[in-house]
Amino acid sequence: MADIFHGAAWLQYALGGVTIGAIYALVALGYNIIYNVTEIINFAQGEFVMLGGLFGVFYYQTCGLPLGAAVLCAVATVGLTGLLLERYVIRRARHATVLSMIIVTIAFSILLKGGAMLAWGKDPYRLPAFSRSGAFLWQGVAVQPQALWVLGISAVVVGVLTVFFRTSFYGKAMLACADNAEAARLVGIPVRTMVLLSFGLSAAVGAVAGAAICPITLMEYDRGALLGLKGFGAAVLGGLGQFYGALVAGIVLGLAESLCAGYVSSGYKDAVALVLLMLALFFKPEGLFGSKEAAGLKRF
Amino acid sequence: MDENAVRSADPVLELRDVRMHFGGVVALKGVSASIPRGIIQSVIGPNGAGKTTLLNCVSGLLTPSSGGVVFQGEPVQGKPPHEIARRGMSRTFQHVALFPRMSVRENVMVGRHARTRAGFWASGFRLPFMRTEEARIRSDAEAWLDFVGLGAERDLPAGALPLGKQKILEIARALATDPVLILLDEPAGGLNTRETEELGELLKRIQQKGVTVVLVEHDMNLVMDISDRVLVLHFGQVLACGSPAEIKDNPDVIQAYLGEDWANGGGGPHGRSSDSEKEEMSC
Amino acid sequence: MTHREKASFIALTVFLAVFPWIAGMSRSFGHYIDVMIFAGIFCLVTLGLSLLMGFAGQISLAQAAFFGIGAYGSGILTGHFHWNPWAALLASAGAAAAVAWIVGVPALRLKGHYLAMATLGFGVIVHIVMNEEVDWTGGPSGLGGIPGMSCAGRKISGDAAWFYLVWAFVLAAFLFSRHVLHSRIGRALRAIHDDEKAAEAMGVPVSILKVQVFVYSAVLASVGGSLYAHYVSFLSPGSFDLMWSVRFVLMVVVGGMQSLWGALVGTVLLTFIGNEWLQVFADFEILVYGGILLVMALFVPQGLVVWLDALVRSKARPVSTPSDNGS
Repeated sequence: MADIFHGAAWLQYALGGVTIGAIYALVALGYNIIYNVTEIINFAQGEFVMLGGLFGVFYYQTCGLPLGAAVLCAVATVGLTGLLLERYVIRRARHATVLSMIIVTIAFSILLKGGAMLAWGKDPYRLPAFSRSGAFLWQGVAVQPQALWVLGISAVVVGVLTVFFRTSFYGKAMLACADNAEAARLVGIPVRTMVLLSFGLSAAVGAVAGAAICPITLMEYDRGALLGLKGFGAAVLGGLGQFYGALVAGIVLGLAESLCAGYVSSGYKDAVALVLLMLALFFKPEGLFGSKEAAGLKRF
Repeated sequence: MDENAVRSADPVLELRDVRMHFGGVVALKGVSASIPRGIIQSVIGPNGAGKTTLLNCVSGLLTPSSGGVVFQGEPVQGKPPHEIARRGMSRTFQHVALFPRMSVRENVMVGRHARTRAGFWASGFRLPFMRTEEARIRSDAEAWLDFVGLGAERDLPAGALPLGKQKILEIARALATDPVLILLDEPAGGLNTRETEELGELLKRIQQKGVTVVLVEHDMNLVMDISDRVLVLHFGQVLACGSPAEIKDNPDVIQAYLGEDWANGGGGPHGRSSDSEKEEMSC
Repeated sequence: MTHREKASFIALTVFLAVFPWIAGMSRSFGHYIDVMIFAGIFCLVTLGLSLLMGFAGQISLAQAAFFGIGAYGSGILTGHFHWNPWAALLASAGAAAAVAWIVGVPALRLKGHYLAMATLGFGVIVHIVMNEEVDWTGGPSGLGGIPGMSCAGRKISGDAAWFYLVWAFVLAAFLFSRHVLHSRIGRALRAIHDDEKAAEAMGVPVSILKVQVFVYSAVLASVGGSLYAHYVSFLSPGSFDLMWSVRFVLMVVVGGMQSLWGALVGTVLLTFIGNEWLQVFADFEILVYGGILLVMALFVPQGLVVWLDALVRSKARPVSTPSDNGS
């Protein structure tokens, strides 16, 4: 019985899949945070992930900070970028059509990508693993400690966010803004600040994902698009705005991708998440966990 | 339209226990009615009674949570609005929903869309049948504009008209679809006395053309003046239905609009309801 | 056509007729013919896209994919299977139409911007297929040896011939699109743009029309791709990626979504910028494109053509001077 586990290829793929799936889940959470507060889809989300990794490299290699501090600074920097995006771009376009808003966030994502290319060039960069120890064997498959870091950090982020949105004033206020901004304003919730916070928070979560995955897979200036797209796939599959949906969908996507790469074709693995995204859009646009009614009332 | 005359005994619109809820909010709690061909049927009720929701369920903008909408003998609940329009039901909106950047004439020409057929490729190549059809659409639109009295404003952008004329334009556009039934959502909203009178005359002329009119309205003078029947909606249910005179004196209706005091003999014309008036009004 | 439109169209035709002759006279300007050929090919893509964005109000991030379907379709059918190039062009356009229909019908029957997401995913999938199916497409190394085209028995060779062929297509597509806009369909599209629910209540089948416009944009893009394949005779997947789809969107946004002239102006302008003046600043290209798109979307959302048009009109009106008020 133990043999089907021990040294099994599928277990290796599954572990890899769950690891990358956790990253997709984090990216999906980033989309959900902004969508929950503003009904906007931030097409620049993937670039925040990319910047998280590259800024981590910057603070660690160029500035010489210790790894932990470098990651924290990277997250803070990217969070700041998110705040700037809202304050100077999104806010200006607030009353434009949804089409304009899509174009605006796409434009900003290209701006970030172009800037990253100038700053870091086209080369891929890697951060060292968060802990020194090498890979160890478990049930006959090699497990990288960084994978455990990724899973652990993801769990922490999810836990913190859940607590934040369920119990803290700011968290609940942010959700109120999404439901009815006018009513929120009338009861004294500073809607503008909540929107600003949502972008900053979303960018920070994306940066965490980028920094965490950087030691495992490399990070380069144009990785944002694909990461963003797959994270978005997880968000839609789980139901736009659904927290637990994003988690489950992210893991599912990561597993599907990894198993496909292992058993079917590694060249097409990127297509797996995208095909699932399109199937979700076509057959169940409210996602696995969303409700059709609620989806119908949203603006996007 | 002649084939419809043969079926003149059948109601043009039937509502069978139509219910509508949005999550926890119940907007319509089982509305039933039968509207005969050729009348002017008003739907009145206090704000929040569900009048616009009812129109939306009938015209296809919403799918009722349960219940049936039968139009000209065919069930249409859940069908898309453009399909229902094609079958002969047209409408206006509570907050004027014109195409502001298009001209007055063009707005009405859009109404002809379902009755014409030149497609993408025929239009791109400007085939002969497309050109004759275009000319006919244009002249039809101008005829309807003359019918409602907006002939002079044909070339103006629709958004430039004053509200009163915008409402009339919306009616012209709805008429251009050659409807059997037209639903009007508060057409007198925002109109002054003279404009409302003209609206009443227009609605009578529309009725003379054989079109059934369902009118959601707050202006009681207009309602009492031109309606053949009045249906009163309250909290999503039919409170009463009958001729204008019957509704005017119905204590339940008075209570719904003016409160307990009037109905209990405080200020209303007839005081407590008698047994005969407690019979359910069939609609 | 209004007099102004007619005059503009005639002016454009005359300009295009003499351009190769004039540009050919000077060596330094001679290669602008080449740039204009590319601009014309891209105009086919953006004309359809501007109808989709400006009138159906939808965004497609997969135009490069349809462009690629036309290009690889023609390249493979003529290169591997020795089809007649015109037959290959039609077949590829048919394939693009079918794909657009399959993607568009489910995506557009819902309210909202599902087409943006669906085309984003679809465009990347097509790009991956181009890279992976090496046997058919040559993969990242590319597909070469695509034969040329002939028209009425004569082979199209030389920049001047290609220029006239491509721009003849553009003018035809422009006229066709203009006819559609000034027809029952165009009215319906403009109605959808102004108030979708009212349009639907008047009998306009909104979703069906959106799909039709999407298919039309895909067909035009595919035709552009076929011409591109025969002109450059070598294809690589890098010309059909997401960034190219974004470039096409940029061209439409810069020129103006609601104007066919806008599509032409924006495309020619950005093709020149991309080809010429950014050769020097290649590293800045992405940054500059992002910046332009952002600035346009925020500050000049109506696009250059409409903006300039309004500017010219306001200057043409006489302004009263202070001395008038004194008397």
